[in-house]
Amino acid sequence: MASGIKDKVVILGAGCSRFGERWDCEAADLMAEAFEECIVDAGIEKERIEAAWQATGIDQFSVGPGAMPLSMGLRLPYIPVTRLENYCASGTEAFRAATYAVASGACDIALAMGFEKLKDTGYGGLPQRSRGVSNDLYYPNLSAPGMFAQLAAGYRGKYGVSKEDVKRAMAHISVKSHANGIKNPRAHLRRAISEEQVLNAQMIADPIGLFDCCGVSDGAACAIVTTPEIARSLGKDNLVAVKALQLCASNGEEGGFSDWDGSYVKTTRIATKRAYEEAGVTKPREEISMTEVHDCFSITEMVTMEDLFLSDDGGAVKDVLDGVFDADGKIPCQIDGGLKCFGHPIGASGLRMIYEMYLQLSGRAGERQLANPKLGLTHNLGGFPHQNVVSVAIVGQHGI
Amino acid sequence: MLGITGYGAYLPKMRLQKQVIANANAWFDSGLKGLAKGEKAICNWDEDAITMAVEAFNDCCGKTPGQAPNALFVASTSLPFNDRQNSVLVAEALNLDIANLRTMDVTSSQRASTSALLSALDMAAAGKNAVLVASEHRRTKCASREEMLYGDGAAAISVGGDDVIAEFITSQSQAVDFIDHFRGEGHDFDYGWEERWIRDEGYMKIVPSTVNTLLEKAGIEAGDIAHFILPTDMGRVPAMVAKKLGINDGAVADNLLQSVGNTGTAHAMLLLAHRLEQAQPGDLVLVVGFGQGCDVVLFKVTEAISGYSANRGVSGQLARGKAEENYNKFQSFNNLLVKELGKRSEANKQAYLSAMYRMRALTNSFMGGRCTQCDTVQMPKHKYCVNPECGAYDTQVDHPMVGATGHVDTWTADSLTFDFNPPAYFGMVTFTGGGRIMMDMSEVEPETFDTGSEVSVHFRIKQLDHQAGFRKYFWKAIQV
Repeated sequence: MASGIKDKVVILGAGCSRFGERWDCEAADLMAEAFEECIVDAGIEKERIEAAWQATGIDQFSVGPGAMPLSMGLRLPYIPVTRLENYCASGTEAFRAATYAVASGACDIALAMGFEKLKDTGYGGLPQRSRGVSNDLYYPNLSAPGMFAQLAAGYRGKYGVSKEDVKRAMAHISVKSHANGIKNPRAHLRRAISEEQVLNAQMIADPIGLFDCCGVSDGAACAIVTTPEIARSLGKDNLVAVKALQLCASNGEEGGFSDWDGSYVKTTRIATKRAYEEAGVTKPREEISMTEVHDCFSITEMVTMEDLFLSDDGGAVKDVLDGVFDADGKIPCQIDGGLKCFGHPIGASGLRMIYEMYLQLSGRAGERQLANPKLGLTHNLGGFPHQNVVSVAIVGQHGI
Repeated sequence: MLGITGYGAYLPKMRLQKQVIANANAWFDSGLKGLAKGEKAICNWDEDAITMAVEAFNDCCGKTPGQAPNALFVASTSLPFNDRQNSVLVAEALNLDIANLRTMDVTSSQRASTSALLSALDMAAAGKNAVLVASEHRRTKCASREEMLYGDGAAAISVGGDDVIAEFITSQSQAVDFIDHFRGEGHDFDYGWEERWIRDEGYMKIVPSTVNTLLEKAGIEAGDIAHFILPTDMGRVPAMVAKKLGINDGAVADNLLQSVGNTGTAHAMLLLAHRLEQAQPGDLVLVVGFGQGCDVVLFKVTEAISGYSANRGVSGQLARGKAEENYNKFQSFNNLLVKELGKRSEANKQAYLSAMYRMRALTNSFMGGRCTQCDTVQMPKHKYCVNPECGAYDTQVDHPMVGATGHVDTWTADSLTFDFNPPAYFGMVTFTGGGRIMMDMSEVEPETFDTGSEVSVHFRIKQLDHQAGFRKYFWKAIQV
């Protein structure tokens, strides 16, 4: 294997807008909000940014195509700006591009920005969109919760777990994330919910109920990356470094050939193994301090705990109910509130996760600060459980 | 010998209880009560004359791909396309040998099916096999007599010279511009005239005169007719006409008005299929098609009927019904209400015709691919084999999947996505002979449906575009 990205690039600064129904904001306003925090944190002038990547997931419902939204929005100094779209992994993709650019030596300082205006559709949930002219002719009629509900049916089928037990674990996940989100002023949904509320909520796509779904919101998040040497030359210490950046895209085998049974996400497992190897993680349950995973729906988070090898296969229901991933558990998950409380402005989510990891590792997470975290893992999953793009990133204190 | 070689039928599973129509409209027209006995077969939102035609053909001829009748005729007055030959789509959905196939839509009259049957018999006389499918999805005005009496359904009759179960004896036709009802250009619903006039001047005069000419020509006594098939929505008319002709009471075919409703031009073939189920060798069968004149066709049942067994047939279709008591659902499925469908229903429905043409092996015919190197079946067919151990390039041949059954691996009932009959069920289906695909489901019975359920595939409407007048079709999994 190549030497990998470990410790070659560090986060110089990060920013995150308040997520929510930002009726009064254009996308450029959200970007500026995140960027102002980020650039102040980085302690550099805007002119020092040499390249930028912009992540948006559903451009037609936000800002249109190309790099103009970011370049114009921040009035960047005539630098290379690239728009990236890779489903829900878009934000992490922008981070990956900026990181690789720095690691390659093509530039010293790069910006990754993710944002999305989702609340201009006139209805709840994600905007309707084509999946391709030919694909639309035969892909099933589905919504995002419908897609991920497949995991629940597959999981039950494989492990013989009762519908009630799966639903209870799902409820625990949402209750936990809301408890975390209350402490985060940037989150969209900031109120406690009870298990009873989750279990009795309106059904959206069996067994996913309303409170099993993440919110839909507007938001932006960004990070500026550079080399450890430049960061130190700018007076930074306690550097937060990139340890691993992995991506895995389906090739159709899960949906078209294998014995994939819907109880797991194959690409997550592959990307995770590669990420652990790249970061030098051999005992993830001991070494990973915290995770921000793609909890678009509670069932996704549950299954992801197994796909990240943080739970045994078939063990996630018990681990979740035992509180392993609660704020005071062994490996807290969604300490910032997750997609559940932030909502999921597609392009922003991956960078929002990196932002939280960065705060936690820098000891600046305020009321929700975890004790002495070493390594944080972020995970995005875009598409269908059987046909998707997954990103796994690991960040941690530089040099350890 | 030439004549009928097979028959089949299809009735939608949903059976609307007529009482609910009468009850809902009693404040407006209490007279509907008199027609409120029994039930009628009604299309699900994703069924129409095309999808039912496919099912009826399958019931008649089976699902084996590559069947090669010389002709396929589709008779209907409710075809979804005025200009796009509907029978061609039916043929592709049936995986017929389309490179050697004559197709024709026969329409514009309640006797379209008997006229098509006669054309098919002409082909048989020329040594060719033909299949006629008559199919009707009937839309009616709220609180109308037609709403009480019409039903949806389809029937198929195959004709040829081998293994004939009912020999064609002779026929008689006459053309008379008798307008019992009409449906003009740009109009959705039938406009009819007084029943007593239709009965006395129409059925009671035009049918007997045509039948008598035929009987004379064939040298047969009316009393020898064992099965008298006169499709109508006027319950007493068949017996009255039979009496006038001297046909025995017992020969008069039940019009199924209280179990199916009158299925328009499909009805003559549906009743014919129904009577053939009960027919004995030697029985004379007289089929009447009435509408702007009259077709009369005479058959004699052969010994081969004893060895013939239909798949479901009309009796099987009658037995598989499920009572529906929701009148609003019926009206919604037939686009009879100004209904709030929600913004999610406003998705782009553009028909990209060039893409549809490229994709039609999959969409119209449910064709998969089979790798000639490793035998892996995959959907859709692809340039590279999906088997990671193989991955061969350009090795796949067409592999028909229409007859496949499989089981459900994953599923959900999706209430967020727009569907005319929510929740929308879909999930991963793995087929017994290989191949898997994430697909829509229909006719789900939540009480018995779950991971592991066995399913077969059925040609159904995927998307309706009322604004453009277009509809897309694809295959859906239905629990076996």
